[in-house]
Amino acid sequence: MEIDKQGGAAIVFRLDPASGVPPYQQLVRQVEDALRLGYLTPGDQLPKVKDVVAALAINPNTVLKAYRELEHKGLAAGRPGQGTFVEGRLDVVPLRDLHALRRKLVKWLADADAAGLDDESISALISSARHETQSSKRLSAS
Amino acid sequence: MTALVAQRAGKRYGRTWALRDCTLAIPSGRVVALVGPNGAGKSTLLNLAVGLTEPTAGCIRVLDDVRPGTQPALDRIAFVAQDTPLYANLSVADTLRLVASLSRGWDEANARNRLSQLDIPLRRRVGKLSGGQHAQVALAVALARHPELLILDEPVARLDPLARHDFMAALMTAVADEGLSVLLSSHVVAELEKVCDYLVVLSRGQVQVAGDVDELLAGHRVLTGPSSELDAVVQQHDVVHAQTAERQARLLVRMTRPVPTPLGWRLDETNLEELVLSYLRAPQASALPGPSIEAVSA
Repeated sequence: MEIDKQGGAAIVFRLDPASGVPPYQQLVRQVEDALRLGYLTPGDQLPKVKDVVAALAINPNTVLKAYRELEHKGLAAGRPGQGTFVEGRLDVVPLRDLHALRRKLVKWLADADAAGLDDESISALISSARHETQSSKRLSAS
Repeated sequence: MTALVAQRAGKRYGRTWALRDCTLAIPSGRVVALVGPNGAGKSTLLNLAVGLTEPTAGCIRVLDDVRPGTQPALDRIAFVAQDTPLYANLSVADTLRLVASLSRGWDEANARNRLSQLDIPLRRRVGKLSGGQHAQVALAVALARHPELLILDEPVARLDPLARHDFMAALMTAVADEGLSVLLSSHVVAELEKVCDYLVVLSRGQVQVAGDVDELLAGHRVLTGPSSELDAVVQQHDVVHAQTAERQARLLVRMTRPVPTPLGWRLDETNLEELVLSYLRAPQASALPGPSIEAVSA
């Protein structure tokens, strides 16, 4: 097995051309996921722009745009001459709110069962509704 | 700062216009993809920008206001032609020596450093290199002159996927290091999304789309809904191209003004390949920047 060691960076980016998500957003999401999963913690340095460019063969502006977006979200900060570093933490939803949301979902699922929906229909309905809320959120944001 | 400006530029070969009425203003510091089907005029436009040929009509300027083909233009532009032609019988080292004595501002250390990082032996004859190595030598030769504008005609068309990736990685690293402008033609649209931030679509000798990739993607959406309502939706939206089946219709629309999504229709973001293909299938549609704000207020 060959292992490519990518410098001293904490995480490795990848791009999925079939995802339909713009490349810079894919990088933003991967940093956010790494924060959620503990691969990145405040003070860690994000991979250097040049290393990401060389590894993924992508436009440096794409990486810069992703890092600017992370700065804008308060999750990272640029240090002149050094690079971009993780700064903030992702807001974790309080347990009490999660419980409340879960109760509503269980009630909804019971209604769906009573109406005769099977698992596939429920999944399709959730994904379609999720799509609707996300695209209206995106459009109002842009 | 502009990398390339064309004003109603045209090139005629005999009775055929290879390029017609081409008006463009490409900002510098960008990686520009020039796409279009074979025979759309891509190579003609690149040859005009390099100064290998002169326009029959209109004019072309590079790097703010420099006339292509003049000494200042030649010093500041590098060109990698289709199939990256090099002398097969020369060794890599002799190729470097040849270019060094033919060009100004040659940075020998830069070229050698680049080739040694790629493990390309300087003593090997160019004809014995792999396709990927061959292309990398052509790129190293072009970059070692520290050009402000690098023009490449179908640079990766014949490379295998790994060589393609390595070539683009070398090119993008140079962009990160030196901030040069890149203009490259390709008919492989799918892989340009990672690399390019400015898009020019040529079709039948004319510019059909030109603009910043993010702005183009933000300015277009895909609408999917019942075919029976197609006529009503087409009247409300600026439709670029429509695909219809018996029951379902899919439209690429330009979001020139805020329009509500029709009830029961689904609105999705688009991607570069879908956008390019939709325009190429609808040759009468175009997405060109209107008069700039400066031009209006002046």
